[in-house]
Amino acid sequence: MTRIGIVQEQPDEARVAATPATVQTLMKLGHDVVVERGAGARSSYPDEAYADAGARIVPPDEAWGSEVVLKVNPPTDAEIARLADGATLIGQLSPALRPELVDSLAQRGITALALDAVPRISRAQSMDVLSSMANIAGYRAVVEAAHEFGRFFTGQVTAAGKVPPAKVLIAGAGVAGLAAIGAASSLGAIVRATDPRPEVADQVRSVGGTYLAVDVQVEKSTDGYAKATSADYDRRAAEIYTEQAADVDIIITTALIPGRAAPRLITAADVALMKPGSVIVDMAAAQGGNVEGSVAGQRVVTANGVIILGYTDLASRLATQASQLYGTNVANLVALLTPNKDGAITIDFDDIVQRSVTVVRDGEVTWPPPAVQVAAAPTPSAPQAAAAPVPEKQPMSTAKKAGLIVVGIAALFLVNAFAPAPLPQHFTVLMLSVVIGFYVIGKVHHALHTPLMSVTNAISGVIIVGAMLQITDSNPLVQVIAAVAVLVASINIFGGFAVTRRMLGMFQKGGSR
Amino acid sequence: MTVDAFAAAAYIVAALLFILSLAGLSRHESARAGVIYGIAGMTIALGATLALTIADARGEPGATLGLSLLAVGVLIGAAIGLWRAKVVQMTEMPELIALLHSFVGLAAVLVGWNGHLAHAPIPAQLVDIHNAEVFIGVFIGGVTFTGSIVAYLKLSAKMSSRPLMLPGKNVLNVGALVAFVALTVWFVIDPQLWLLVAVTVLAFALGWHLVASIGGGDMPVVVSMLNSYSGWAAAAAGFLLNNDLLIVTGALVGSSGAYLSYIMCTAMNRSFLSVIAGGFGIVASTASDDEHGEHREITADTAAAMLENASNVIITPGYGMAVAQAQYPVADLVARLRDRGVEVRFGIHPVAGRLPGHMNVLLAEAKVPYDIVLGMDEINDDFASTSVVLVIGANDTVNPAAAEDPGSPIAGMPVLRVWEAENVIVFKRSMAAGYAGVQNPLFFRDNAQMLFGDAKERVEDIIRAL
Repeated sequence: MTRIGIVQEQPDEARVAATPATVQTLMKLGHDVVVERGAGARSSYPDEAYADAGARIVPPDEAWGSEVVLKVNPPTDAEIARLADGATLIGQLSPALRPELVDSLAQRGITALALDAVPRISRAQSMDVLSSMANIAGYRAVVEAAHEFGRFFTGQVTAAGKVPPAKVLIAGAGVAGLAAIGAASSLGAIVRATDPRPEVADQVRSVGGTYLAVDVQVEKSTDGYAKATSADYDRRAAEIYTEQAADVDIIITTALIPGRAAPRLITAADVALMKPGSVIVDMAAAQGGNVEGSVAGQRVVTANGVIILGYTDLASRLATQASQLYGTNVANLVALLTPNKDGAITIDFDDIVQRSVTVVRDGEVTWPPPAVQVAAAPTPSAPQAAAAPVPEKQPMSTAKKAGLIVVGIAALFLVNAFAPAPLPQHFTVLMLSVVIGFYVIGKVHHALHTPLMSVTNAISGVIIVGAMLQITDSNPLVQVIAAVAVLVASINIFGGFAVTRRMLGMFQKGGSR
Repeated sequence: MTVDAFAAAAYIVAALLFILSLAGLSRHESARAGVIYGIAGMTIALGATLALTIADARGEPGATLGLSLLAVGVLIGAAIGLWRAKVVQMTEMPELIALLHSFVGLAAVLVGWNGHLAHAPIPAQLVDIHNAEVFIGVFIGGVTFTGSIVAYLKLSAKMSSRPLMLPGKNVLNVGALVAFVALTVWFVIDPQLWLLVAVTVLAFALGWHLVASIGGGDMPVVVSMLNSYSGWAAAAAGFLLNNDLLIVTGALVGSSGAYLSYIMCTAMNRSFLSVIAGGFGIVASTASDDEHGEHREITADTAAAMLENASNVIITPGYGMAVAQAQYPVADLVARLRDRGVEVRFGIHPVAGRLPGHMNVLLAEAKVPYDIVLGMDEINDDFASTSVVLVIGANDTVNPAAAEDPGSPIAGMPVLRVWEAENVIVFKRSMAAGYAGVQNPLFFRDNAQMLFGDAKERVEDIIRAL
């Protein structure tokens, strides 16, 4: 049994790394869970709720002294000092941006798992805190913008006059961007979105936005994240942002490139073009900002009355929801680390997910992990290699087809030309019936396949006619054989029609419901 | 008017009625009328044949015996047929239809044998043709007979549904056809009884092998293919007996069955020719099982809450629903959700179940209105705007690998794109692979959750939770 501690975050962070519900999940995995007093208070999860879920409420030092400590934000130096020897820390550590943090964790001789380093593969989606938090932040960005914005999002025609809908530009259609597009469009705004990856156009449309394409060739993303863009692209994109800034009421920027400063998308000149009362939410403010003039964590009002929000705690502003999703991500990771559900935590370096999140293992720095290819966007060469051994089914060439038809017709002609009296008539009848059968069935409704089959089966029982014609033969053997044929064919006829009628009797239209 | 002329006229009327019957069966509105046409056509055909038989038999030595055998045969057959049709469970429909096909095949074999044994007056120049017709009729009938028996055994789980893999199975199939041609030629030259026995055995063996080498998941195509074969068997008997009605009817059934199989094949992305030749669907599984991952489970209560809050729901049933007999609780669930204003529809894959249209029959049995039961093409574009999809006992027909993984054995098979929906709840007994033996990446998707257990019980749990 491993003791897992849920600790209180710094005062500027309202989220908590586990909720009463996820505490239960952790306990089902065989762990003992302790919660620092008041840890969930700012996310509206009182201590009693944790206690009801089965966790023990403990003083801060006991929670920090657990074998596994769950956190939301990267630990401060003081917090690192409070960890027990050989402890495991699970939280967001941004190892790529903060190598000094990784070093100080390593010096402490502990194991550190960075939830924000989960690879972007389908299997790891359930632990991807970047996605789950970005989703919340995107939503919250729209809410913050709506709060500052002096008008409706949706257009209305009222007795007191006509209200035009707000126009919203979302820069970057990642998880946060898509969430923002969805939230803004469901409030009724006209939403446009930009993104260097043309493949996201469908996703933008699916949540109600219009994709503004930058018609410049861009390298395809291989790891699921946006890459830095080319100079050509940047020039064209800048023009688009300038055009849009003059037109839209709200801009929400979400552009981040992993391990680098945020790209500058909106210049001060663009901001100056915007109407007074317009709102910009710069979701990348913490990484330097997509918008010139944004200040991390601050609300800034420009000379021309444009409000720039640089909040870096958007997910934390929706703390209850964010804690719930974060807690579930954490619990999913712990479940992965507890394969036998026996309370024993193991880290398996053969598993790509576990390898990727492990930043420090027993005091040894294991960052960065080997690169992981995302299944969603395979490299161009791989699928071709995989597909090569599968033999392509070539549709028959027209010449070959025509050849076969000619041969068929010739054979039919020869048979009929040389066959004695009754055969040609029989072939005529056969061919016409084949054609009729083919066309009669042509438009059959899919739901009626079974009744159709049972009725054709009953009809093919007409073979009884043949047996009947033979049953009065002078040879008793023939008569007996014919009688058997009559018997089985009658089962067909009567059974087939009866069962078809029974089935059709059940089909009914539901107009009355 | 002679009896012959009367019969010939009646046959034309009967043939027309059969055509009307098939045409009627292609739409819901006219389906019942279609069955009436079929019954009327059959009555007329049998009446005319009876008149013909009685007229021919007058004064013959075997007349009394023959007519009484006829009456007894029809009565017993009718009794068995009506009884089976009355008691059959809708979930067992595929088995029943497969079994009925075997009867047509058997009857065709018997009629073919009689064609040889009976002493019908045949003009000298037609004897050779007559002999060849006997062989063709017996051969098609024999293949249909054993093929249908095997299909019946597989469908009723009395035989393993795994494909039989004999070494060189294509050689065996082609060899059987070549042997058939050779035997036919021999028989035409020298009509010996043992040759007839040999060809019957050969046909039986070929029919057995053809269907035995097809996996259980491909049964919808097989059943409809056998339906077609049974038609051709009747047509061959028509050539043999010089009877136009048999030819017309057999060809109608044969071509319509073939077309139906063709529709099925397109739905499964299989080559039509390889289906007719048998033994398709045995592509060795290219081990692309590596893209596993973790699936998430959901409880019936949570599922119920999801359904309650959903604006629209699509249910995609598969064979699992039939096995669990879950159609009644599913219908109940649908009725409750619709009463609460949730839009519920069904998305049916063309090859869901073990018989074309199997799911529709089951849902109809449970009184699900047919206008909310839609086909794959009708509903596939709507998944993206759907809140919740319930996958009840379906697997391969909702497998995203078919659309996305070119190395998958089912690559290119059109599937229901359930994964585009906001949430997918999969009802399943375990994490086992489907009939195609392919793991389903859907289960590991982010928006998919598993509800394990018996489909019927789980659906009832949800209804209770509602």
